[in-house]
Amino acid sequence: MVEQSERLLLGMSPSGTGIGNPIIEFRGVSYAAGANGARPILDGISLAIRRGENIVLLGKSGAGKTSLLKLINRLLMPTSGEVLVEGRTTAAWDVIRLRRGIGYVIQDVGLFPHFDVARNVTLVPNLENWPKDRRERRYVEVMQLVGLDPSEFAHRLPHQLSGGQRQRVGVARALAADPPILLMDEPFGALDPVTRADLQREFGELAQRLAKTIVLVTHDLREALLLGSRIVLLDEGRVVADASAKEFPRLTHPLVQKYVASQQSTVPHA
Amino acid sequence: MSFWQFFTTHQAEILAATREHLTLVFIAMMIAVGIGLPLGMYIVGRPRLQSIALGVANIFQTIPSLALFGFLIPIPFLGGIGARTAIVALVLYALLPILRNTCVGLGSIDPVILEAGEAMGMTDRQILFRVRLPLARSVLIAGIRTSTVITIGVATIAAAIGAGGLGTFIFRGVAMVSDAVILAGAIPAALLALAADFLLGLLERRTKVG
Repeated sequence: MVEQSERLLLGMSPSGTGIGNPIIEFRGVSYAAGANGARPILDGISLAIRRGENIVLLGKSGAGKTSLLKLINRLLMPTSGEVLVEGRTTAAWDVIRLRRGIGYVIQDVGLFPHFDVARNVTLVPNLENWPKDRRERRYVEVMQLVGLDPSEFAHRLPHQLSGGQRQRVGVARALAADPPILLMDEPFGALDPVTRADLQREFGELAQRLAKTIVLVTHDLREALLLGSRIVLLDEGRVVADASAKEFPRLTHPLVQKYVASQQSTVPHA
Repeated sequence: MSFWQFFTTHQAEILAATREHLTLVFIAMMIAVGIGLPLGMYIVGRPRLQSIALGVANIFQTIPSLALFGFLIPIPFLGGIGARTAIVALVLYALLPILRNTCVGLGSIDPVILEAGEAMGMTDRQILFRVRLPLARSVLIAGIRTSTVITIGVATIAAAIGAGGLGTFIFRGVAMVSDAVILAGAIPAALLALAADFLLGLLERRTKVG
């Protein structure tokens, strides 16, 4: 079983699971937080994410986007229904294996303040006991992917970096073990507008090259259109719209139109 | 007799008492750290256990030290007259600051960092040893520092139950109504406390992250 899961993580589909099968699937998932599930967050979500899709979960704060994301790497468990990753429910996964096959990038980055950049980036390869030379090669690779000089930054500590550099390191760390799935929770939300635009553009190009399954959470339609191939709009714990990035702005759902209108009012010539 | 006269004539005796004092403190601190750190690691994140353990440690701290030494004398194995009883009492005193700082240090780490570790597939053990402990290190050392300074002071009372140390001079001085003799115990004890405070303070600052 374990062997099979590792092959799946490397993206080699064994016989029986074709490329067409969803890599992540939500089946009637509800989630409630608090003691005895006092606070309902997600309500009957069914959603299939195909391999290689760049999917954006769009919605206001409190819509349930982050919870949906955390259900994928089992930081949360569904109250009812099931979440499948590579065809297996997250409950059945060895949680450590599951998480090491999923990159995770969050707004506050969460770099370890006592590790230098090199150690932060190679954290998962380290946990996986990669040999030193392979780790070092991978470090250089991912740092170049995120546009940071590998040797210049290797021994800097997180507090010596700018916000944009920290977030780049966060992305490099998430990519280090080459996971097939990347989860991103408002990854550019804490950056100033200029740095954010740079990172969004660069990351958009990077995402094209990486051919990973990316699930990105944002409240910003512009970011969603820039980075997503498919946009899922959440509201009060439900999916209210689900369309390709091209079709999404033309949907007639009132909330979609609200997003489109507010985007046009802030960026008149977008 | 002036303090200096007493000090120069009893130099060897004072030095021997200082050594005895340090030995008491050192052994007591080793045991207290050996109990306090693992216990703290265990009870952090278990609120009920944590309040019980801290409560018990707190009670020991509130018992007047002379009384605690007295209470221990009749207890079999742990008690009796001499250094062993003194060390037990010192450990009970030293426990609270270590335990409390372990809980505070390990418990107050930025949840974002812990979540990142968890999300990257670190086991609880790995998070404890590679993230929580290194980040809490300076707080843990601060607890050991407070505890050491307290123990150096309380250890002077160990002389009352025949455990020796610098307290010997203090009790003798009180009995003789001689400031010089009291100071021969009190001044070295105070200097030890200051030195321990300074050295552990250096260590505490050096282990601070960021």
